Amino acid sequence: MDGNVLIALLFLPAAGGVLAVLIPEDRSEWMKYSMAAIAAVTLALSIYVFVAYDNNLGGYQFETEKYQWLPGLGVTFHLAMDGIAAPMILLTGIVMVTAVFMAWNTTPRAKDFFALFMALVCGVYGVFLSLDLFFLFFFYELAVVPMYLLIGVWGSTRKEYGALKLVLYLVASSVLVWVGLIAIYVHAGIDTFNLLELEQAGFDATFQRVVFPLLMFGFGVLAGLWPFHTWSPDGHVAAPTSVSMLHAGVLMKLGAFGIIRVGLDLLPEGAQDWQLVLVGLATVNVVYGAVSALAQKDLKFVIGYSSVSHMGYVLMGIATLHPQGLTGAVYQMFSHGIMTALFFALVGVVYDRAHTRDISIFQGLSKRMGVTASFFAVAGLASLGLPGLSGFIAEFLVFVGLFKTYPVVGVLGIIGAAITAVYILRLLAKVFFGPLDSRWNDLPDASNLEKASMLSLVAVLIFGGVYPQPFTRIIDQGIGPILDRVAAVA
Amino acid sequence: MNVDFALLVPEFLLVGLAFALFTVDLFIPNHKKGILPYLAVIGLLAVAGSAFTLLGSEGSLYANIYVVDKYAIFFKVFLPIVGVVMIIASREFVRKCLESPGEFYSLIMVSVLGMMMMASANELLTAYISLELLSFCLYIMAAYAKREARSNEAGVKYILIGAFSSGVLLYGMSLIYGSLGTTTFEGMAETLRAGEHLEFAFLTGLTLLIAGFGFKVVAVPFHMWAPDVYEGAPVPVTAYLSVASKAASFALLLRLFAVAFEPVIDDWKPIVAVIAALTMTVGNVVAISQKNIKRLLAYSSIGHAGFLLVGIAALSEMASTALVLYLVGYAATTFVAFICVIIYFNLTGSEKIEEYAGLAKRSPVLALALTISLFSLAGLPFFAGFTIKFYIFTAAAKEDLIWLVAIAVVNSLISVYYYLMVIRQMYINPAPEGSKSLTMPKITGAALLTLVGLVFLIGIYPQSITGLIEKTTPALFA
Repeated sequence: MDGNVLIALLFLPAAGGVLAVLIPEDRSEWMKYSMAAIAAVTLALSIYVFVAYDNNLGGYQFETEKYQWLPGLGVTFHLAMDGIAAPMILLTGIVMVTAVFMAWNTTPRAKDFFALFMALVCGVYGVFLSLDLFFLFFFYELAVVPMYLLIGVWGSTRKEYGALKLVLYLVASSVLVWVGLIAIYVHAGIDTFNLLELEQAGFDATFQRVVFPLLMFGFGVLAGLWPFHTWSPDGHVAAPTSVSMLHAGVLMKLGAFGIIRVGLDLLPEGAQDWQLVLVGLATVNVVYGAVSALAQKDLKFVIGYSSVSHMGYVLMGIATLHPQGLTGAVYQMFSHGIMTALFFALVGVVYDRAHTRDISIFQGLSKRMGVTASFFAVAGLASLGLPGLSGFIAEFLVFVGLFKTYPVVGVLGIIGAAITAVYILRLLAKVFFGPLDSRWNDLPDASNLEKASMLSLVAVLIFGGVYPQPFTRIIDQGIGPILDRVAAVA
Repeated sequence: MNVDFALLVPEFLLVGLAFALFTVDLFIPNHKKGILPYLAVIGLLAVAGSAFTLLGSEGSLYANIYVVDKYAIFFKVFLPIVGVVMIIASREFVRKCLESPGEFYSLIMVSVLGMMMMASANELLTAYISLELLSFCLYIMAAYAKREARSNEAGVKYILIGAFSSGVLLYGMSLIYGSLGTTTFEGMAETLRAGEHLEFAFLTGLTLLIAGFGFKVVAVPFHMWAPDVYEGAPVPVTAYLSVASKAASFALLLRLFAVAFEPVIDDWKPIVAVIAALTMTVGNVVAISQKNIKRLLAYSSIGHAGFLLVGIAALSEMASTALVLYLVGYAATTFVAFICVIIYFNLTGSEKIEEYAGLAKRSPVLALALTISLFSLAGLPFFAGFTIKFYIFTAAAKEDLIWLVAIAVVNSLISVYYYLMVIRQMYINPAPEGSKSLTMPKITGAALLTLVGLVFLIGIYPQSITGLIEKTTPALFA
C-alpha cells in the first residue's frame, strides 16, 4: 500500500515548524491560520490512515520503501503503521488540532511556540510510525526536548523547576533506552536497526532478562511509571494549556508504546520475567496516583495525578500479556489521551478567566460557565469509568485481562477506580456546583472556539464509549502478532 | 630513493603561503591590511583543492614514513577548511587587537601545515616533529592578546605543560624504539606481531606515549592546563585549540593505534577505555559549575575528547569511520558555538553565561544558532551531535565496550543539563533593562549559517559525509 501518506504525515508538522519560523513576527493572523490549516490536514490524514487500515489484512500497512539512511550503521528509514499505532496516530491528530485552537489567542512569541510545538508533534508521529529503532529513538528524543522551552518560556507555576525536572527525568530515562537499543543491535549481530529484521534474530533468555528492564524502566518513566512519575504532575502543572494537552494526552503514550513496540515485540521472554514487577509497580501507580489526586489543592495537580493513576491502567494492561488486557491497555492509551486533553483544556479555560486554580476558593462555577461545567462532568465521568464513555470500555478490558492473570491486582485496580470516583465527584461538587461564590459573578464562559474544540473531544469520548468496535478491532490486529510471539516462548 | 614531490604540493603551497603573508604584511600600508585575511582564505582553499586533486595518485614518501593515502587526503582537505573558518572567525579580533596581522595568519598557515603532516605521519619521529610544529604555533597564538594578563598566563602555562608533555612523549618513543628497534608504524607492527615484545620497557614506553598524547588531546588526568589556557586565550584561538588541534591529534592517534599498535590491542585497549571514561566524566561533571562560557566550552570539549577516545578504544573500521565523522560533526558544531560566543563578545564584551540573559530577544538569530550548536553538542536529534554520538557508541558496543557506552550515554545526559542552563539564560530569563538589540556582522554571520547548515546536514543526511569517510578508513587497516 501507499507509504507516501505516512511520509506526508511525518513531514507536515515538520513543514509547519519551518513555516512558523519563516512567517514574520507581526503577521499573527497568518501564523494562526497556517498552523490551523497544517493541523487540520494532518488530522485529516490521520483519520484517513485509521479508516483505510484493512482489518482483514492486519500487520503493518502503508509501508514505505526501506530507504538506506546510514548503511555503515545499518540504519534504514522505514515507516509503516500497524493496529497499535493506528489509534495513536488518530489520537495525535485530534489532540494536535484541539491544542492549536486552545493556543489560539493566548500565545505571545507565537513563532517560537509553534516551531517547537510542531517539532514535538513531528517527533510523536515519528515514534509511532518508525520501523527502525534508530529513528524510533531519534523521534523519541525529538519529542522530549522541545518540552523544556515550551514549559520554561510559556508556562506558569514554578515553570523553570517543572521544565528542568521533566527534561532531566525523560532524558535520563532515555539513557536506559539508548543502552538497551544498542545492546539489542550488538547482540543480534546482523548489523541492522530495522525492527522487522531484528524480530527474526531471536535473543537468548538471559539477554532478554537483562535488557528488558532497561526498556521497561526507560520507556516507563515517560509513561509515568511509579516511582519515577514525579516529573509528570510538576511538568503538567507548569506547562501552558495546549502543551499539557499534548504532553499528557500524547507524549506519555510514547512510553507505553515503546514498551509494547520494542520491549514486548523483541523481548517477549524478558517481558514474562518482569511481568510481576511491572504489574506491581502499575498497581502502585493506580492507587497511589488516585490517593495523591485526592489530596491536591490545585485543580491542575488533580488532573496531573489522575494521569499518573490512569497511565497505571495502561501499564497494568501491558503487564497482563493477555489479549483483553493488552487491547484494553492500548484502548486506554487512546481514551485517556482524549480525556486528559479535555481535562487540561477545561482547567486552562478556568485558569484563563479566574487566574487561579485553587480548588478551595471555587464554588458554583456552573452558574457562570455552564458549558465548561458540563464538559468537565463528561470528562470526569469518563475518568471514573462510567459506562457509555470510552474510559469504561478500556478499563473494563484491562480488568478482564487482570482477573484472568492477577486477580488480586484486579481488585486493587477496581479500588483505584473507586478512589477516582471520589476525587472526581468531590471536585465536580466543590468547583462547579453548589451556590455561586459572589467573587465569580463576572466569570465568562469559554469562547466559541474553545467550546467547539472541547466539544469535539467530548464527542470522541462518547463515540468511543458507545461504538468501540472500530478501535478494538484495529487494536486486536496490532497486538495479535505480539501475543503470538509471547505465546511462542511461554 | 624516488621521491614523488607532487604528493607534497599542498605542504609546499602552505609554506609558500605562510612566507607570502608575512612578507606582504611588511610592505603594505596599514589601511590596506584588510586584504590579508582574503589572501589567506583563498590560499587555504587552493591548498584544500590541490590536496583534493591528489585523489587517485596516492603514494608514500621517504621510505614510507610519510604517507599520502585517502585517509591523509581527507584530512588535508578538511584541515585547511578548518583554517578558513578560523580566519573568518578571528577577523574581528585581528582588526581590533593586532598591528601586524601577517604574523598571525602565517602562524595559522604553519599550524595547518603541522596538522596536515600529522595526518600523514607514519613514523614516530615524523609524528613528533609535526606535532611540535603545530604546538609551537598554538603556544604563540594562545598568548596573542599581548596586553592581557590572562592571555599571557595562558601562553606560559601552555608552553610549560606542552614542553613537559613533549618530553614525556619523546621518552616514551625512545623506549619503544629501544625495545622494538624501529620507529616506523609498519615496522613496529611487524615486530609486535612476531612476539617477544612485551618487555617492561615497551609497556612503559607505550604508557608514556599514551600519557604524552593525553596531554595533547586533553584527556583526564592530563587535562589540568586546558581550562585556564582555553579561558585565557583570545576566543578565536580557543576555538582553534578545541577544534583543529584536536582533529589533527586524533587523526594521528588513530593511524598510530590502527597501524602500529593493532597487534597489541589487548594491552592498551583497557587503558584507553578507562582514560576515555575518566575524561568524559570529569569534563562533563565539572562543566556543570562553570560561570564563564569559554570555560564551559573548554570543559565540554574535554568531555568530547572522552567520547572521541571511545572511538580509539573501540578500534575497528566502523569505529574509525565513526571517529572521523565525529571529528567533522564536532568541528562544525563547536565552531558554531564559538563563533556565536565570538560575535557576542565582539558586540558586548561579555563572556559570562549570565550575561547571555534575554539574548533570544536581542538577537534571535544568534540565540537560535547558539541553541542549535548546544543541542547538537548535547547529542539531540536533527543535529550532527545525535548522529555522531549514536554512530561512535554503537561502534564501541560492537567491540564489547558496552560498559563504556553506558558511561558515555550517562555523560551525554549530564551535558544536556549544563547546555540547557545556557539556553535558559537566552530564552527564559529576560534581557537586562535598556539592552539594545544586536546586529549580526555580515561575513561572520554567513559563515555561521553555513556551518549551521552543515550541522543539520550531518544530522539529517549523514550519508553525504560518511559515504566519503568510509572510503578513507580502509587505508588504515590494509
